[in-house]
Amino acid sequence: MTNNRYTDYDTEVNKEKAGGSQATSPETSRLRKRLLSTTSRDRPILEEDQTVGQWNIQEPRISCRNVNVNYGQKSAIIKVNLDIGRNEVLSFIGPSGCGKSTLLRCLNRMNDTILGCLVTGEIKLDDEDIYLEGIDVVPLRAKVGMVFQKPNPFPKSIFENVAYGPRIHGLTSSKEELEEVVQSSLRRAGLWEEVKDYLDQLGTGLSGGQQQRLCIARTIAVNPEVILMDEPCSALDPIATAKIEQLIDELREQYTIVIVTHSMQQAARVSQRTAYFHMGKLIEVGDTTSVFTKPLHKLTDDYISGRFG
Amino acid sequence: MLNDVSSNENHTFKRYDGELDHLRFIVLEMGGLVIKQLADSLSAFKTRNPELAKKVIALDNEVDRLEVQSDEEIAKIIAKRSPVSSDLRLVMAVSKSVSDLERIGDEAVRIAGLAIQLFGGEVSEPNHQMLRDISRIGEMAMTGLRNAVEIFDVWDEEKALHVIENHRQMEEEFQADLRHLLTYVLEDYRNIGFAISVVLVIKSLERIGHHAQNLAEYVIYQVYGEDIRSQQP
Repeated sequence: MTNNRYTDYDTEVNKEKAGGSQATSPETSRLRKRLLSTTSRDRPILEEDQTVGQWNIQEPRISCRNVNVNYGQKSAIIKVNLDIGRNEVLSFIGPSGCGKSTLLRCLNRMNDTILGCLVTGEIKLDDEDIYLEGIDVVPLRAKVGMVFQKPNPFPKSIFENVAYGPRIHGLTSSKEELEEVVQSSLRRAGLWEEVKDYLDQLGTGLSGGQQQRLCIARTIAVNPEVILMDEPCSALDPIATAKIEQLIDELREQYTIVIVTHSMQQAARVSQRTAYFHMGKLIEVGDTTSVFTKPLHKLTDDYISGRFG
Repeated sequence: MLNDVSSNENHTFKRYDGELDHLRFIVLEMGGLVIKQLADSLSAFKTRNPELAKKVIALDNEVDRLEVQSDEEIAKIIAKRSPVSSDLRLVMAVSKSVSDLERIGDEAVRIAGLAIQLFGGEVSEPNHQMLRDISRIGEMAMTGLRNAVEIFDVWDEEKALHVIENHRQMEEEFQADLRHLLTYVLEDYRNIGFAISVVLVIKSLERIGHHAQNLAEYVIYQVYGEDIRSQQP
C-alpha cells in the first residue's frame, strides 16, 4: 500500500508541512524521546542469544541457572535461566521440539530414566539443588508432582488411585485419615460429587476429563509443592478442558504450577507468566498479558500470532 | 540456529491476512471519505456554495455504513481468530479509529449545515474578514486529518508527532480566533449572528483536529504497543 491513494489532494505540500515544520514543543519532544526508547520495533533479534523479559523474580520457588540438556549429541535445552514463583501458574509455549517438555521433566528429574540424557547447570527447589548427588528422587517427585497429557489412572479403583501415593509415602497413620485425604483430594480436584458413590469402581472406567481430574487428585494427595502439567487438556473436550482450567486456577492459591501447552489461548487463560521456547532456547518470559498484547521478541510475536511458515 | 524456522510477515493461515487487510482498507476508505467531506465543506464556505455543502451531507450515509461494516468485520475476526499481539493492536486501533472518523464526518456535516444556513438564503452579505479565520484553522484541520489517515497506511513517526503537535497549535489558534471574532462583535453588534456561526465552525474544526490526534495515538499504539494518551493534556 502506498500514499498515492490520496493524489487528488496535494500530498507534496502536505509532506512539506509534515516534515518541514518539525514539531518542537516540549511535550512533543518528550513524546518523541519516549517512542524512541520503545525498543520493541525492528530490532535484530534472530541472532540474539539472551532471554528477553523478566526471567528472574524475587524469592522464586524453583530457579534454573544455565541449564543445558543433551540427548546424546543432540542439545535439547541450551543455557536456560528461569525463575518460577510461588502461587503462580507459569506456562511454557513454543513449537514442537522446542524443549518445553524437556525442561518441565527436568524439574522433577523425570529425565533421569532416559538413556543418554544429560542435564547440566543448576536447578534449585526452595534453594536446594535437586541434581545434587545423593538426592532421593522419590520424595522429590512427591514434592514436585506431574500430570501427563494422556490421563493415566492406575488400573485400580478410584479410591486406590488416590490412596496409593499417601500410602507409599507413609503420609497417613490410620484408615480414617487415609479416607479423609482421598476425599479432600477428590474434592479439591472437583471430582468428589461425581464419584463419591463409585469409589470402588475402576478409575479407568471414568470419562477422559474425569480421569484427568482423578490424576490431578492423585497428584495433590501427596501434598506436593509444585505441580507440573504436560499438556493436561490436549486429549479433552472443551467442557472438560474448562473444568481443568478452573481447577488450575483454584489450585494456584496453594501450589506452584507449571503447564506446558500447545494451546496459546489456554496459556493466555490460565497462566500469570508465560515462557516462550524456540529450538532449545528460552526466548522470552514475561507476564502473560504483555506477552500476548506486546511481545518483546519477534519470534514470540510470530509464533503467537500464527506467522510461522 | 534460530534461523532454521522461517518467519515472515504473513500468517500461515492466509485468509486471516486478507481479513486484516480488509479492516485496514475500511479505515482508509472512511479516511478518504471524511477527507473529502472536510475539503468540500471548507470549499463550500470559501466559494459560498450551498450545493456543495449538500453533497457533504449526502456522503455521510456512506461513512456511517462503513462504520457498521467495520464493527461487523471486527466481531468476526475476534470470534474466529482470537487476534493477539500486533494483530490484536491493529484490531483495537481500527475499532477506535472508525468511531473517530465517523465523528469527523459528523463535524464536517455540521460545518456544511452552517454553510447552507449562511449562504442558502437571501440574507445579508457576510463579513469577508471573519471568514479568514475559518480558512486558516480549516487548513490546519485538513493537514492533521490527512496526515493521520496517511500514517495508518504507511507508518511515519514524524507525521504522527506532527498530527499531535498540530492539534496543540489548533487549540491555541481557536482561542486566538475567539478573541479576534469578539472584536468584530464589539465593533458592530449586528455581526453577532454571523460571529456565532463562525465560532461554531471553528469549534467543529478544532474537534476534527482532536479526532485526528486520537487517530494518530491509535496508530502509535498499534505500532509500539504504547498507549500515550495519558501523556496528553
